[in-house]
Amino acid sequence: MTTDFTGEYTGYRRDKPGLGVWPHQGKVAIVGWGMSPVDRRWDGVSMDKTYGAYGMMAVQQALDDAGVSRGEVDGMFVCPETGAGATGGSSADWGPYRAYFEPPYDSEYGLSRLNAKWLINNMPGFDNVRFAPSNVPSIGEQMGMTAQAVADGHCEVALLVYGMNNFEGRYRHGGENASPEARGNRQWNAPWSSGDGLQLTGAITIQQYCARYGGTFEELIGPAVLNEHRNGLMHSWGFYTLHGESGLTFEDYVNARPVLWPCRIWDCDRPVNAVGAFLFATAERAKDMKQQPLWVLNHNGGQGGTVRSSQETLDESEEARAQVASMVYEGSGLHAEDVDIFNPYDGYSFFLPLTLEGFQWHGVKKGESQAFFNGDISVEGPHPFTPGGGNLGVGRTRTAMYIDSIEQLRGQAGERQVTIKNGRPETAICAFAPARSAAYIVLSNATP
Amino acid sequence: MSKLIPIPDELSKPFWDAINEKRLIVQECNECPTLQYPPRPTCQDCGTESMGWKEVEGKGHILSFFVVYDGRYQVRIPDQPYNVAIVALDEEPRINFYANLPGTPVKQVPIGAPVELIFEEVTPGQLIHDWKVVE
Repeated sequence: MTTDFTGEYTGYRRDKPGLGVWPHQGKVAIVGWGMSPVDRRWDGVSMDKTYGAYGMMAVQQALDDAGVSRGEVDGMFVCPETGAGATGGSSADWGPYRAYFEPPYDSEYGLSRLNAKWLINNMPGFDNVRFAPSNVPSIGEQMGMTAQAVADGHCEVALLVYGMNNFEGRYRHGGENASPEARGNRQWNAPWSSGDGLQLTGAITIQQYCARYGGTFEELIGPAVLNEHRNGLMHSWGFYTLHGESGLTFEDYVNARPVLWPCRIWDCDRPVNAVGAFLFATAERAKDMKQQPLWVLNHNGGQGGTVRSSQETLDESEEARAQVASMVYEGSGLHAEDVDIFNPYDGYSFFLPLTLEGFQWHGVKKGESQAFFNGDISVEGPHPFTPGGGNLGVGRTRTAMYIDSIEQLRGQAGERQVTIKNGRPETAICAFAPARSAAYIVLSNATP
Repeated sequence: MSKLIPIPDELSKPFWDAINEKRLIVQECNECPTLQYPPRPTCQDCGTESMGWKEVEGKGHILSFFVVYDGRYQVRIPDQPYNVAIVALDEEPRINFYANLPGTPVKQVPIGAPVELIFEEVTPGQLIHDWKVVE
């Protein structure tokens, strides 16, 4: 079969309130996952640890997990960007000054980028891929795109691949961040060096949060970060599992190097070189696979709320997160009290309290996160918050939220398995959803 | 202290021209009472494309701040650490501006304090607006 790698898939986003319950509940399931080891960087010489090698490893693991052959896969959703590129540029900006190697490492593909074509060319047996769109977004919306494509009949067994690469040096310091000029939207923030991207949407907002609700940033965030490091260590593949645990204590956290004060180094997820893969299938195909199908109850994308002026305020942030939560709950048919596993995005730690309060998981309302985080949020306790450890606990893979949710719902999370509902949770919300992003997916192990 | 140089575009040119004349202007809707900043092609409230400009008094209050110790902008690295505050405009508190608050020690930012508009030349012929705590 000749695969078209150039087509775009649009119209899949559920990005506004009022869309109702996702009409494809019970028709699409996640049936497999795979995850490469998480390394800090590729060393430039170990060809079995390249971005591409890790991609192929994750793909094969996901197939094996589901008991599916390569020939059964007819959809492939590979995110071509890795997040490691210079701001405003492509990830190719990150790596063109290195030497290339013999094929298949004779271009950026396999080193700093991946796409469906490269994987198919280097993994014999993917002979039946008929749907492989080129415009695959990052993993939050990629999950929704893949689920919707299966629901819409574009494919029946779909592979999702997402990775983050890292080389020597510091990414996002090149490109326009190295320019003395501020063009486009940057003319309104860069002259004062308000940071770029996510710092801009969080560091100030969380300061407002502490001023409004009381307590210090450290008292608010520290316990949540420590909990994530503990949970992350319980994955077999996480950075700290493979390369030495952080041993982080609250005192270490408080005294750590500031990056954008009050945020310390431990509030920022560690850039890594790693790739994850997930397998989706129709209900008909899933029923004969190795694992219990985990049904997609809903997916969302787009953004919640709007930012009126230069900087998102706390009020705007709270409103946006409440709107996102409303969309997620509406589409899934769940309410806050129905959600057993909650794995929100934590790429900066300060997203956690605002997201938690927006979703009101375990009844946590505005200004109540500090008390909640300082209670028992361990996986063994009654409020197992971010049991997957998130990006802070395993490194910037952006996959822990999904992998943990899958393992929890299968009852395969090992030491991380939560104890609520006698260790058999039924529903999960997971996300790669920075700032006001609405990119969430909701899963259930019970047939809708 | 080196700062990034704003490059005006068609929409923002009137704003930066005013800044170079040491005047602060914000967009004013011609159809409703909305004032907005940064400039956008349409009014955030009524959606009209009929937008003008209004000069505003350079007075505001500090909403919040953070401190850059390890930022990504190469030209600012020698200045680290430095404050980045957010200032609400007194005439329209829904409008806010970034500020480096020259003269305010790092981390000693008085939240809620009144600030006044100042201008700084970032390259010959190009000013930017900043804010300073009122003594």
